Amino acid sequence: MDGSRRSFLKETGLAALGVGCSLPFVGSACATGSAQEDTHGDSGSESQWAMVVDIEKCLDENVRRACVEACHRAHNVPSIPEPENEVKWIWTEEFDTVFPDQVHAQTAPAVKHAPILILCNHCDRPPCVRVCPTQATWKREEDGIVMMDMHRCIGCRYCIAACPYGSRSFNWKDPQEFIEQDENGEYSSEYPARTKGVVEKCNFCAERLREGLQPACVEAANQVEGGAGALTFGNLNEPDSEVKQILGERHTITRRVGLGTGPNIYYIV
Amino acid sequence: MLQKAFTGGRNYWILLAVWSLLMFVGLLAYSQQLTEGLQITGMTRDVTWGLYISQFTFLVGVAASAVMVVLPYYLHNYKAFGKLVILGEFLAVSAVLMCMLFIFVDMGQPTRVVNVMLHPSPNSLMFWDMMALMGYLILNAVIGFVTFDAERKGAPSPKWIKPLIYLSIPWAVSIHTVTAFLYAGLEARPFWMTAILGPRFLASAFASGPSLLILLALILRKFTSFDPGKEAIQKLATIVVYAMVINVFFFGVELFTGLYSDMPHHVHHFQYMFLGLDGYGALRPWMWVGQVLTLGAVTLLLIPKIRRQEKYLVVLCVAVVTAIWIEKGLAMVVTGFIPSPLGKITEYSPTAPEIAITFGVYALGFFVLTVLYRIVLSVRERVQVT
Repeated sequence: MDGSRRSFLKETGLAALGVGCSLPFVGSACATGSAQEDTHGDSGSESQWAMVVDIEKCLDENVRRACVEACHRAHNVPSIPEPENEVKWIWTEEFDTVFPDQVHAQTAPAVKHAPILILCNHCDRPPCVRVCPTQATWKREEDGIVMMDMHRCIGCRYCIAACPYGSRSFNWKDPQEFIEQDENGEYSSEYPARTKGVVEKCNFCAERLREGLQPACVEAANQVEGGAGALTFGNLNEPDSEVKQILGERHTITRRVGLGTGPNIYYIV
Repeated sequence: MLQKAFTGGRNYWILLAVWSLLMFVGLLAYSQQLTEGLQITGMTRDVTWGLYISQFTFLVGVAASAVMVVLPYYLHNYKAFGKLVILGEFLAVSAVLMCMLFIFVDMGQPTRVVNVMLHPSPNSLMFWDMMALMGYLILNAVIGFVTFDAERKGAPSPKWIKPLIYLSIPWAVSIHTVTAFLYAGLEARPFWMTAILGPRFLASAFASGPSLLILLALILRKFTSFDPGKEAIQKLATIVVYAMVINVFFFGVELFTGLYSDMPHHVHHFQYMFLGLDGYGALRPWMWVGQVLTLGAVTLLLIPKIRRQEKYLVVLCVAVVTAIWIEKGLAMVVTGFIPSPLGKITEYSPTAPEIAITFGVYALGFFVLTVLYRIVLSVRERVQVT
């Protein structure tokens, strides 16, 4: 059923010379069709990477810090001191701001203020991709990663206005002097450093996946004591994948389901 | 015809010098922005669009309002607008130029702006907005020059221009509708995601644009030989009244839906604007001034005795333009970002270089407008003499 719907979507897409589902109106019509059933992980991509975050295991500050540091080191994310200019790929926010629909007046303070790791959701129907005027951000067909071409980005920040999760950062200033360097002035990673004036965000470690590695945050969490399984990464279209198994057994939620974007970061409550 | 731009009295050259000076200061600030990045503006991680995009939004309205003189003149053969039409079209030309420049100065990587053409993305409203604005600029420039050239020669306009004029009417509506869609299609920003945004944009445009045109026409009448005629000014005033009343009605509709439903993500934005949210309320005084100006202007404009006296009309037009500038050129864009999707309140206020760049862009627009209007006046003065 799942497969047949996807091929139906593909055919409609093909029928409209490949633009059908990317047009605003047709696109939402396609989305309505698939929204009638379970939409998660049904992006029309051949496969879809997804991540499961175990909220309880991530309560440990060491786990979270390891994730953030590993990611920001792996991608030369600058550490800009003033919050208004910050660039972030993965970071911590409180439960009630991450899941505004999951809290109420009587929610226990410990739950309300629980620290939650957040990153780009690599949505099934990403609003940022929909609005980008240059296709500098796009949903990768083969694995569903929302990619970003920092050489094509014109810095209009429309994608930031469109992202309902605040997952995107703009380089308000030249980031390069805020990137950690060793004594030889080398960056910690070979990942290209950005220039000012472009938008960036988590890329699900596309460069590491290519080498058969897990994303840096997942790897880092597993190495911390008590952090094993805090983050699980895998392919939603593989029935035996670990993420698929967890999602089939545990109570998981995603951010702001009502918007219909179909996030691929799942949280075990 | 263009050489007429170099003829003009002392006042003309002083005016051009003032615009040039402002442009120069703006250029200096822009060169600082080019080297240091957009950090020199008041925009932040949470409020990612500010004064530039707000001015763009406001000026699209001014540009679109040319249709309010074009439509009666060409579709209804309303002759009283004969002298004003060209002013409206050239105002549109200068407003669209400013719009494009405001988008340009807002970009993080301005040298890559051609990417919008190189990688056309029909799913992005920004792509359509760029198309709509470019088309509108070309339409108005061509129509303006061709019809005016005919007027200069005392000949009728060539036939081929008629279809372009008719096309420019829906096109004017489209530029502001598409600009509204730019915002209204974002599920991330409930403040903008309302079907009334497009209609509201049009109503406020058709109030502010003609008000500005009245002011410009009266300024020209005071300092030059130009006379739009009393009837034309009064007809424009009537258009302003209707548009402003509809604008107030649309705002009420929006306010009702937002407040009566009492859903927090609707209420918060209005609360931020008018009352302040969690102790933050930078826009509050502006909003109330805007409301007083709006309601005051609408009430007084509705009274024919007051509207018909030009000394009062001028004041009311200034009030309308100011009120709508506060609404669109200040509050509408910024409030969409407050609070942020993560519930954070970061207030925005523009910095000195940002304001300098903004003035610079306006100065460029007014420079172009001054030159275009000078050409119109010189030609008409000569025609009158001979």
